[in-house]
Amino acid sequence: MSDIKLTIDGKVVSVPMGSTVLEAARKVDVHIPTLCHLDLHDTKMVNQAASCRICVVEIDGRRNLAPSCATPALDGMVIKTNTIRVLDARKTVLELLLSDHPKECLTCAKSGECELQGLAESFGVREINITGKAQSTYRKDVTTSLIRDMDKCVMCRRCETMCNKVQTVGALSAINRGFEAVVSAAFDLPMGETVCTHCGQCVAVCPTGALTENDATWKVVEALADPEKVVVVQTAPAVRVAIGEEFGQDPGTTVTGQMVTALRNLGFDHVFDTDFAADLTILEEGTELLQRLGKFLAGEKEALPILTSCCPAWVNFIESQFPELIHIPSTAKSPQQMFGSIAKSYYADILDIPREKMVVVSIMPCLAKKYEASREEFAVNGNSDVDLVLSTRELANLIQRSNMNLMDLEKSEFDQPMGASTGAAVIFGTTGGVIEAAVRTAYEVHTGKELPKIDFEELRGFEGVRVAGVDMDGFMLNIGIAHGLGNARALLEEVRDGNPRNIHAIEVMACPGGCIGGAGQPFHHGDGSILKKRQSAIYQVDREMPIRKSHENPAITELYEKYLGKPCGHLSHQLLHTEYAVKDKV
Amino acid sequence: MSVKTDLTETKFNELEAYMETIPVKKGELIRVLHKAQGIFGYLPEEVQKYVAKKMNVSTAKVFGVVSFYSYFTMKPKGEHDIAICLGTACYVRGAEKILDAIKRETGIEVGETSADGKFSITGLRCVGACGLAPVVMVNDKVYGRLTADMIKGIIDNYR
Ligand code: SF4
Ligand code: SF4
Ligand code: FES
Ligand code: FES
Repeated sequence: MSDIKLTIDGKVVSVPMGSTVLEAARKVDVHIPTLCHLDLHDTKMVNQAASCRICVVEIDGRRNLAPSCATPALDGMVIKTNTIRVLDARKTVLELLLSDHPKECLTCAKSGECELQGLAESFGVREINITGKAQSTYRKDVTTSLIRDMDKCVMCRRCETMCNKVQTVGALSAINRGFEAVVSAAFDLPMGETVCTHCGQCVAVCPTGALTENDATWKVVEALADPEKVVVVQTAPAVRVAIGEEFGQDPGTTVTGQMVTALRNLGFDHVFDTDFAADLTILEEGTELLQRLGKFLAGEKEALPILTSCCPAWVNFIESQFPELIHIPSTAKSPQQMFGSIAKSYYADILDIPREKMVVVSIMPCLAKKYEASREEFAVNGNSDVDLVLSTRELANLIQRSNMNLMDLEKSEFDQPMGASTGAAVIFGTTGGVIEAAVRTAYEVHTGKELPKIDFEELRGFEGVRVAGVDMDGFMLNIGIAHGLGNARALLEEVRDGNPRNIHAIEVMACPGGCIGGAGQPFHHGDGSILKKRQSAIYQVDREMPIRKSHENPAITELYEKYLGKPCGHLSHQLLHTEYAVKDKV
Repeated sequence: MSVKTDLTETKFNELEAYMETIPVKKGELIRVLHKAQGIFGYLPEEVQKYVAKKMNVSTAKVFGVVSFYSYFTMKPKGEHDIAICLGTACYVRGAEKILDAIKRETGIEVGETSADGKFSITGLRCVGACGLAPVVMVNDKVYGRLTADMIKGIIDNYR
């Protein structure tokens, strides 16, 4: 593509044709503030509402100021981003926005991370001279995973772009017009009654406190303070490579040991690892894969493909959007739920306490896990297998609130037995990881031979949809991988419409990048390189583990010997498997 | 299908037949909704869901469009729909007073339907009969050059 040259604040810059003025400015480190605009290159999301006008600049020869995020860069343009006229315009825009925004920063969940607050701060807005009509007010919508407080909506419509274009869920739309305009669900229904998958990606991109997670930190504090309760915690793989960011570490810094110490200091009685349950998942799901592969090879063609079922948002998606494929996901529960189930049976027996005395807390990179834990089928007599779920951000907040600096803490190890894990488990945190872990075990069990090479580079990466063949000693197992629900939709439609590439096993994660990009992780504010760094950290942890295949985890072997019997056996079925139901929602 | 008598299968079939005449569905949502409102008289949730499914867009998106344009309504019109022009010419010549009189007589607001299902009021933009301003239409009959004191008599005709 041909390059064009333009001048921004006296600096000459050349950019490819089709770039915006904003992109050109960024290239020469001229900072132009933005609010509605968001460009997530790696997930191909561009939000170009051009509705807020905070990014205006002056272009020589044009009478009006132009929004840089939506103005194409042209050859020979001379642009000024910092004139008094520009600054004045931006300030007016801000004051307008603030005049219809609740002044609740002291109690707002987004305080400190809010882009609107950041702008007000950097512009030194000290009073708001515009007083319009009364502020628009909307009903607050609370689901198990997220809270929508639309009084704080600035109508950037990033959430709508995320939900409809990237995730293709279609739960959100702008409704009404003028002063009444707001982003909401069909018929303005509560989100819990819609096709919303609880993926939380709308929360991950909302610049303000309009969309936030349903915070459970105080409930955890209460449980910890209750002397009658035994409080057990599990931490998901993706948390350890991201939580450090909340304490000033570079993305991709692994802080497992410090995190374990922090949890112990907070008063958790047993600090365990979801990775243990991930290894367990591999044994159950891997066994199911091999059973279904056996049937397939015996001529029962509909036994495959099999779909992974670790991602609850993904399960919600298939239940409401692909009724015709409801029979193909693995029946294995997710690692979070396997953990809860085993903790409140096997481990409660070891401790010799009733399940009601135990509180299981999960630390998850995810908001959908909050919803998953609340599903009725994951409880015994109304007592949930997993009681409370905190996001990575919420845990960071809890640690800070307790006067600890994560990075000053000594490292320590998880407790046993449910803290033992392998490299196969930790890669559950990234796109491609679950299926690679499954293949490591399935290969060895199926062929009876040792894997020639543990790393399956062909399954890794960031492409939205990837298909690769894995040689199972003669049989070519075709694997499909998708991350982000829009990509999952494309792959599922392909499978539904004849499966031309003969895919046998599919891994789906609802969030871009997989759990490392989960909606409960530290905000990436549009910087895709953060996800890549978290991903490399995950593979680094895997490489450094002494054991890298799930079926070699001794604590898992012991669990089967002492308690469960064999994978996909009777007790496994009762405790570790589930079923899915078609849900007709709008 | 729905139990409501006014959401008959015949009407859905008519709508489906219409949609089949549109070769490329993309970008035609408003046209289809227009037609649907013509057939059903209003756009209840069932109809919006149906259109969403057929047009392969989300129900949220359909509702977004329906709630954006004041022309679309989710409530059934009354047996007699009183449509009042609120365009500039009519407005200048006293449409507001006429509207007040209509509201007084029927006890309902614009966009509402009376409890007995008899009357509804619809607000319109210029209907192209400015010479007759202010203008009201009841069902398909046009009443022009109105004054507020004529309203009671007109409405009584339909009681
Ligand atoms: S809810 Fe948040 S992301 Fe959605 S339009 Fe409002 S401010 Fe933007
Ligand atoms: S949680 Fe996910 S599915 Fe639900 S509204 Fe947000 S982006 Fe859409
Ligand atoms: S950031 Fe450009 S118009 Fe909002
Ligand atoms: S303004 Fe009423 S008919 Fe033109």
